[in-house]
Amino acid sequence: MTGRPLEPDPDHAGVGTSEAMAKSVIEPQISQQTAEAGPCMRARVERFAFEGELLFSGLDFAAEQGRWTCLLGPSGVGKTTLLRMIAGLLPGAVCDVAGAPLGGQVGYMAQQDLLMPWLDAAENVMVGQRLRGERRQRKRALQLLEQVGVVEHAGKLPATLSGGQRQRVALARTLMEDRPIVLMDEPFSSVDAVNRQRLQTLAATLLRDRTVVLITHDPQEALLLGHKILVMSGRPAVLEEAAVPDTVTPRRTTDPALVGLQEKLMQKLTAALEEVGA
Amino acid sequence: MTAAGRPLVILLGLLVLWQLAVWLSDIPPFLLPGPGAVLEVLWTRYETLAGHTLITVGEILLGLVFGTALGATSALVMAYFRPARAWLMPVLVVSQAVPVFALAPVLVLWFGYGLAPKVAMATLIIYFPVTAAFHDGLRRTEPGWLDLAQTMGASRWSQLRRVRLPAAMPAFASGLRVAAAVAPIGAVVGEWVGSSAGLGYYMLLMNGRVQTAAMFAALFILALVAVVLYFAIDILLRLALPWQPDSDPSLKPE
Repeated sequence: MTGRPLEPDPDHAGVGTSEAMAKSVIEPQISQQTAEAGPCMRARVERFAFEGELLFSGLDFAAEQGRWTCLLGPSGVGKTTLLRMIAGLLPGAVCDVAGAPLGGQVGYMAQQDLLMPWLDAAENVMVGQRLRGERRQRKRALQLLEQVGVVEHAGKLPATLSGGQRQRVALARTLMEDRPIVLMDEPFSSVDAVNRQRLQTLAATLLRDRTVVLITHDPQEALLLGHKILVMSGRPAVLEEAAVPDTVTPRRTTDPALVGLQEKLMQKLTAALEEVGA
Repeated sequence: MTAAGRPLVILLGLLVLWQLAVWLSDIPPFLLPGPGAVLEVLWTRYETLAGHTLITVGEILLGLVFGTALGATSALVMAYFRPARAWLMPVLVVSQAVPVFALAPVLVLWFGYGLAPKVAMATLIIYFPVTAAFHDGLRRTEPGWLDLAQTMGASRWSQLRRVRLPAAMPAFASGLRVAAAVAPIGAVVGEWVGSSAGLGYYMLLMNGRVQTAAMFAALFILALVAVVLYFAIDILLRLALPWQPDSDPSLKPE
């Protein structure tokens, strides 16, 4: 199962929010619990130690199919390690999706855009086909570049593109792979605030209906994009679920339900940080 | 001052200094001939010098081709087959620890007085910088690219061919630049040890006849060949790798 069971939070009223706000916090928690019944992508790590420290011990991770799961937590707690395990880049995790093995279903998007500097934007979108020796579908690559709004840069080398444009090309490349599960490791953290918001909206729209696991250090990002938020903390790490409004993503920053939730999420993160002793 | 004009000014400045040194000192012409005397030799013995130049250039180019091919192959084999690295690395280090010049007499003994020992010398001297630089480039691929390739289902061979190989091209280019700079050394040392043609042979011959101006003329041509070779390869590499990150801020876009 995922993290700890959901229980009513006793110090919930102490956050200093209004009665109405408190209500909107409790409700989504209930709906979240019912959504838990859907099929899940699961990863279980029996034991994983790195440099003498026990990072994971009997860790269970679950992401509901077709929804966005955001993973928060202090640096060094093991978020990226877990994501790399699910991606098959590190051994140690037993993963399945609705009982079937995970092989070949996972797309991966890292903090850096990882565009190959010797290929132009369109070729970078088709890089998966190039790497597998398949026929390249240029028409589809250009359609995807159109969708992410950089089709006019299709023939340019990555070095001549801005950070935001490069990350858009990386998003198009992820879409080109068309995998049901998409793992993202802080993909929007290296771009400026305006571009970050555009990219978030774009990703939430284009990757709707996919199983997305998003690592982020930004609680607001998690609340805007996540159907479920997990906070990873401690050593060995445990996962704790945080409350999320049951509204359509991407949510607007002006969503009144977010105010109290962001406050609570910050408290959870602070507690997690102190646990690590940072 | 344009980038093209600067070397010309430096060259002219050196010529002036040279002439001044000849005028102001009592150095006899058989030790230090003036630029005028050297120019005269270049003019009058044009044909002889051209013939020797062609031979030396041929040796250098052949050495470059063989040395680069051999070095690139070694680097690729070491990058793809891990056991090969363990076996080839010591060979590589030894090939560098033994002074190539000390091998010259052996090479002449084996290959005779013709083209072969000089090409072998140039090949040997080029082999190490090319192999070392290229192998380093192949090993230092951005790990994120390899992660991405792995999640995309690329085979190990495909990762080497389509990610690590192109990513190592700038490092390979640095190796080639070094090779272009040292290749003439190999050819000339080979000629010194035993030959009947080439600029190195001509220099030794003129040295024995105390025709210092002719020796300087051959030296001048040799320097020119080395510089032209280096810049030609540099320009070719820049054209071949337009995406290569350049640390020169004046060449950055935007």
